Amino acid sequence: MSEDFSRIMIEQMDRLLDQQVTRDVLTAADRGDWPAALWTAVNDAGIPHAMVAEAAGGLGLAPADAMSLMRRMGFHALPLPLAETMIANCLFVEAGGGPLDGPASFAPVSTDDRIAIAFGRNGATLNGVARHVPWGCDVQNLVVLARDENDKGYLARVPRDALAANQRRRNVAYESRDNLRLDGVDIALDAVVEAPGSLHANGLLPYVAAIRVQQMVGGMERALDYALTYANQRIQFGRPIAKFQAIQHMLAIAAGHFAAASAAADAMAEGADFAGDLFAVAIAKSRCGEAAGHVAAICHQVHGAMGFTHEHALHFTTRRLWSWRDEGGAESFWQEWIGRKVCARGGEALWPSITGTPAS
Amino acid sequence: MQAFRFEALSLPPEAQAMREKVRAFLEDERAHNRFAAHRSSWSTFDPEFSRRAAAAGFVGMTWPKAYGGGEHSNLERFVVTEEMLAAGAPAGAHWIADRQSGPQILKHGSERARATILPKIAAGECYFGIGMSEPDSGSDLAAVRTRATQVDGGWVINGSKIWTSNAHRVHYLIALVRTSPPEQDRHAGMTQFVVATDSKGIEIRPILNIAGGHEFNEVFFKDVFVPNDMMIGRPGEGWKHVTGELAFERAGPDRFMSDFRLLAGLIDKVGAEPSERQAIEVGRCVAHLSALRRMSASIAALLERGEQPVTEAALVKDVGTAFEREIPELVRRLLPCQPSLDDEDELSQALAQVLLHAPSFTIRGGTPEILRGMIARGLGLR
Repeated sequence: MSEDFSRIMIEQMDRLLDQQVTRDVLTAADRGDWPAALWTAVNDAGIPHAMVAEAAGGLGLAPADAMSLMRRMGFHALPLPLAETMIANCLFVEAGGGPLDGPASFAPVSTDDRIAIAFGRNGATLNGVARHVPWGCDVQNLVVLARDENDKGYLARVPRDALAANQRRRNVAYESRDNLRLDGVDIALDAVVEAPGSLHANGLLPYVAAIRVQQMVGGMERALDYALTYANQRIQFGRPIAKFQAIQHMLAIAAGHFAAASAAADAMAEGADFAGDLFAVAIAKSRCGEAAGHVAAICHQVHGAMGFTHEHALHFTTRRLWSWRDEGGAESFWQEWIGRKVCARGGEALWPSITGTPAS
Repeated sequence: MQAFRFEALSLPPEAQAMREKVRAFLEDERAHNRFAAHRSSWSTFDPEFSRRAAAAGFVGMTWPKAYGGGEHSNLERFVVTEEMLAAGAPAGAHWIADRQSGPQILKHGSERARATILPKIAAGECYFGIGMSEPDSGSDLAAVRTRATQVDGGWVINGSKIWTSNAHRVHYLIALVRTSPPEQDRHAGMTQFVVATDSKGIEIRPILNIAGGHEFNEVFFKDVFVPNDMMIGRPGEGWKHVTGELAFERAGPDRFMSDFRLLAGLIDKVGAEPSERQAIEVGRCVAHLSALRRMSASIAALLERGEQPVTEAALVKDVGTAFEREIPELVRRLLPCQPSLDDEDELSQALAQVLLHAPSFTIRGGTPEILRGMIARGLGLR
């Protein structure tokens, strides 16, 4: 896909979400209603298969462009597993499986969870627990990373029927993050492919982290938009509160967090190496998570009591920021990951790690 | 919220090649024990080091060859500055001249100023100080009262400047002065001049800092004559030039790497098997540093394209200096390390050095209080 075409696609998607992710849609999604019309619209645009190679029937969207798209999804608080579907398709098709129909997700996404796969004569059987699976009860297909008795990894496509009797669990944005128990789930052999080597080492956690990073940057942008608009409109003591230095400084600090988070997210989008060193992912997830907390807090403070009401739309974004920062590894998880790497390498190796150019 | 530009970036191959070159130079310096990394930074004044760095081509890198420069890109210069800081190189003598005074002269100076001064800066032999602040004009820079009056062949300056770093050991100051009385527009009527510190009528008095060091000074001007061709630009353009200079002054890696060596020392002291808490805190710090470095590199790319990202630069400085002020506190939280300038332990020395200089990080070059006002303006709040 050419650079121009990618840009146009992202702009079109942005317009579509701007029109269709309305307050009514978000409120209904909070209640647990599946936004079917919205899914149809994004599906018609080909987004679910956007990252799949053109030769395999997708749009061949480059990873960095896909990340830009996910940022816009975050900005609009899109209440759909669209980013998850893009990644699930990308992973499954690249591993040799067929494109997935309908909304999809992937599991396990929690570091301690492990799904076992055993092969029989006519099929395979999955066993294990996957917690906090994004949209686990809503999707039509779940791509499961499972390991056989020799720890060899496979990607298995599990259809919705097999996931029926599971416990729905939602984050504070009322997005499904379900606990799935796969007890002897039988699947056909043609629904299983060997997992690429990178998944053996790092699992699926970095992919959730990458999605949430981009969504958080988009969400922070939205929250700041609300706060800047409100600060210029709200009159107290005879002038817009934007004119008070205390408010200006709070928002300047929030802008600093947003800029640092964006920079870390950009670096990850350009150079993320999911197959190898996760340094850029770790930095982006921890920096964005920290920023999201500060930005949400400051934007609420600027809005006063109004921002605490259900009537104002700010909460659709801030509840997501508070959820996303903890998904795919919270700040402390990735900070510890970075810290252990950096300390093991020693003080002199720190700078080359940051520039990405080891001393020769 | 699209107010700021921090764009996609990848350093060009020539910048990577320059990184190899400067690393080799610094490695050689270290091999010969030419500086104490744990106690140096960009405010450490070492003319010998500056001359060697210049001879190796690391000063005045972006300037035309005709003026002794290397005609390298701003991104190559960015790489050299960050590598110098990471190595703890004592680059303070040439730092200001290379970072902002030289570029100012190149852009707005007279031909004679360019021809006589720039080659000497690029040779590592000519150093500059910044003559902006005055006793009654700190954050409120437009309140400067030092004035220049026109005489035959030039201008005569009267007044004083304060907090002038290295005035006692640099060759020139660029002084911001009033060339016409204050008007409705406070920013009008100011002009910058290149003033030789050995000019008749200049008196320099030391001001010791809390570390006992003599870095800054008060500088008095009594009928100091400056020839016409040592004016920067035209009369009244001072404010414009000063603010243009700020993008160079505020966005560089020197705004978050003043104490990088303390961080490197901390990591060594913590060792290969950190506790969970040590790992988390070190990891957080590295994540912040990585993000800042990326922001700073993006600005270097904008400068390379000839833009003036002044607000973005203010943002980098605000976030960056808050970061560097936090590092000594981090050391204290993670290790039982008491600061002492004469302890045998290098980390203790480095901690003492940084602790005593850290208050200046968030004052020099613009306080967070001023920077946040600029950022707020960029956000449309003012």
